[in-house]
Amino acid sequence: MSVIVILIVASLSVAVLFLGAFIWAVRAGQYEDTCTPSMRILTDDTTQPNPPLQSEQQTEPK
Amino acid sequence: MNSNVETFKYDNRIVRAFAIATTFWGLVGMSAGLLIACQLFWPGLNLDFPLTTFGRLRPLHTNAVIFAFVGNGMFTGIYYSLQRLCKARMFSDALSWINFWGWQAIILSAAITLPLGLTTSKEYAELEWPIDIAIAAIWVVFTVNLIGTILKRREKHMYVAIWFYIATAITVALLHIVNSLEIPVSWFKSYSVYAGVQDALVQWWYGHNAVAFFLTTPYLGLMYYFLPKAANRPVFSYRLSIIHFWGLIFIYIWAGPHHLLYTALPDWAQSLGMVFSIMLIAPSWGGMLNGLLTLRGAWDKVRQDPMLKFMVVAVTAYGMATLEGPTLAIKSVNSLSHYTNWTIAHVHTGALGWNGFLTFSMLYWLFPRLYSTKLWSTKLANYHFWIGLLGMMFYVISMYVAGVTEGLMWKQFNQDGFLQYPNFLETVVQILPMYQLRAIGGTLYISGVVLMVINLYKTAKSGKFVPDTEAQAAPIERGDSKEHGPVRGHRWLEAKPVTFTALAFVAVLVGGLIEIVPMYLVKENVPTIAAVKPYRPLELLGRDIYIREGCVGCHSQMIRPFRSETERYGDYSKAGEFVYDHPFLWGSKRTGPDLQRVGGKYPDAWHYNHLDDPRSTSPGSIMPRFSWLLTQKLDTRSLPSRIRALRRLGVPYPDGYENGPAQKDLEAEANKIVTDLKVGMVDAKPDREIIAVIAYLQRLGTDIKNAPATPAPTTQTAAAQTK
Repeated sequence: MSVIVILIVASLSVAVLFLGAFIWAVRAGQYEDTCTPSMRILTDDTTQPNPPLQSEQQTEPK
Repeated sequence: MNSNVETFKYDNRIVRAFAIATTFWGLVGMSAGLLIACQLFWPGLNLDFPLTTFGRLRPLHTNAVIFAFVGNGMFTGIYYSLQRLCKARMFSDALSWINFWGWQAIILSAAITLPLGLTTSKEYAELEWPIDIAIAAIWVVFTVNLIGTILKRREKHMYVAIWFYIATAITVALLHIVNSLEIPVSWFKSYSVYAGVQDALVQWWYGHNAVAFFLTTPYLGLMYYFLPKAANRPVFSYRLSIIHFWGLIFIYIWAGPHHLLYTALPDWAQSLGMVFSIMLIAPSWGGMLNGLLTLRGAWDKVRQDPMLKFMVVAVTAYGMATLEGPTLAIKSVNSLSHYTNWTIAHVHTGALGWNGFLTFSMLYWLFPRLYSTKLWSTKLANYHFWIGLLGMMFYVISMYVAGVTEGLMWKQFNQDGFLQYPNFLETVVQILPMYQLRAIGGTLYISGVVLMVINLYKTAKSGKFVPDTEAQAAPIERGDSKEHGPVRGHRWLEAKPVTFTALAFVAVLVGGLIEIVPMYLVKENVPTIAAVKPYRPLELLGRDIYIREGCVGCHSQMIRPFRSETERYGDYSKAGEFVYDHPFLWGSKRTGPDLQRVGGKYPDAWHYNHLDDPRSTSPGSIMPRFSWLLTQKLDTRSLPSRIRALRRLGVPYPDGYENGPAQKDLEAEANKIVTDLKVGMVDAKPDREIIAVIAYLQRLGTDIKNAPATPAPTTQTAAAQTK
């Protein structure tokens, strides 16, 4: 069962890596705003006259 | 607002390429699944042809669906959404296309090697070592492209989907490398460096996390992007999505041992897996509710938009599967469900519902946008939805019924204390109607996919492909904070260290593990049960044929410590019995009976006739014929290299044994079996593959059976078992 040591070390190193990422994310202010990021993705900021719009499958007239 | 706004283009070509590959491999993988599903009630459907036999096609089905269908689907979604979330084109177009063609080449080589029987037999990691290396290389390419794009992003905040993508890239690399460590024997044959219990633990650490980090986290990222996009409203709680992510990745990786409950794995490891599995309900359901609640107040859109319908079912299936998973990970539930079709129902809730429907939803959304047009037929997409849903119901419900039925029948005792169904075949025949219903479900599901392919094709024809979408954004301002380092003119340069870091990480990992792991494990291979001896040469070659034919797909070699199992199969399995098993062959499904103690149970001639035509000895059996084993000559040339490889892994074959003595032993043993077959009125040549397979089967479990009464278990592993 000695292999479990390898697995625990491997799993822990990934966990530590992610812990570091988490600490970075918090320090870098990634989570200071938990509202606008979710809205920002809804707009695409493309320069074209927004071709996606015409392909919306909504049936109601726009 | 910013004067230095940059104009750039999103790469749509790579997205289209992955999308087409997704639909193509989806059809291939699902058709392979349907074919083997039909073989379970119609064994003749393999046409008595080795390449189309269940044992060889089953890994093809699982690999095609997981790595080809979902894999390409994941890349489709990531390549589309990542560029838009980062407001940047992919880091490198060249890397994108190496990722694409490399991945397709890997899939193609899998589709060729698996039917040929070139397999490691470790579930979802069946591919042989040269392909394993290719997978690692292409995965690094993908990771570098991913991280490179993130580094040159123009949006400071990393949307939660990106975090899911990062977790996927890093963890899959680690899992794949650790589990695929093997010693090559030849170009297409290798032995796992781990043996027995150790191999089982590594395999299911990998296997479980393949589900977690290949089938779940990337698709959660896609859900967090495409669901809000489709509903055109922000995710219910962005805060919850962040908690979902961090909670999930910290818990998931510890849950693997729940695949080995009641096996020879030490008890404490089983309990660890069980506890973490139950904890997983919290983040999983947080994510599911977050997805569904995003649609609050938008259910009218769900009624109209087939894409949202698919998404709702996908998220619901995710919720069901992630409640069921922890339930199945409870030991008492698992004692009934393990080895049965219940597990098959469970994974297909995830595969057909979560991965399948989310992929369809994404493709229906992407194609009109990539081709700047409308979906060709909303009606057809609705038909696809209902046909697919119906197919899923047929599939899952029939497999629940089959699983619970066989699980209960295996355990049923009569009033006198004997097994109610001592003949395993009774429990097989009982569920045949369920296998048929399942095939109907599969047919419906694939028909739906065909409708989708038509619909997407027509959509593409009616529009004009947009190879690049132009976008504008300002770069992130970095000069203002000193901690981020000096401003650099060419931000893409930053990604070079990432390339090196990623490559170095993989190199160190591979090098370090190859050095350390075998040395570390060899000591452990000292037998804990004195009676357990290495396989004799003929048995070893027979075992490798057993692996080649994929017998492990239907037959377990792990008797759990329940009276219903020890009555049926013999003494329960002990950890010490598997110390020479590279790889382990415990299996995870009992379509047929357990074989760990089949040695000596039947005469040689019975095995000969049974393998030639299972129905001749067991009327009603659904096992395929293996008549080619009777005619194909046993290849003994590779015997020395096989013995050498195993000795390097700590199997105590005497020095020089492979140069001569092994061959002599092999011939003596073969002749003994041939003589024995004559008694059973069977005339066979000693140099055929079937002789080796019989030798292996007759060896199974006999070490302990023939040993003098064993003293009390001395190792802690055995002690944990007896409890």
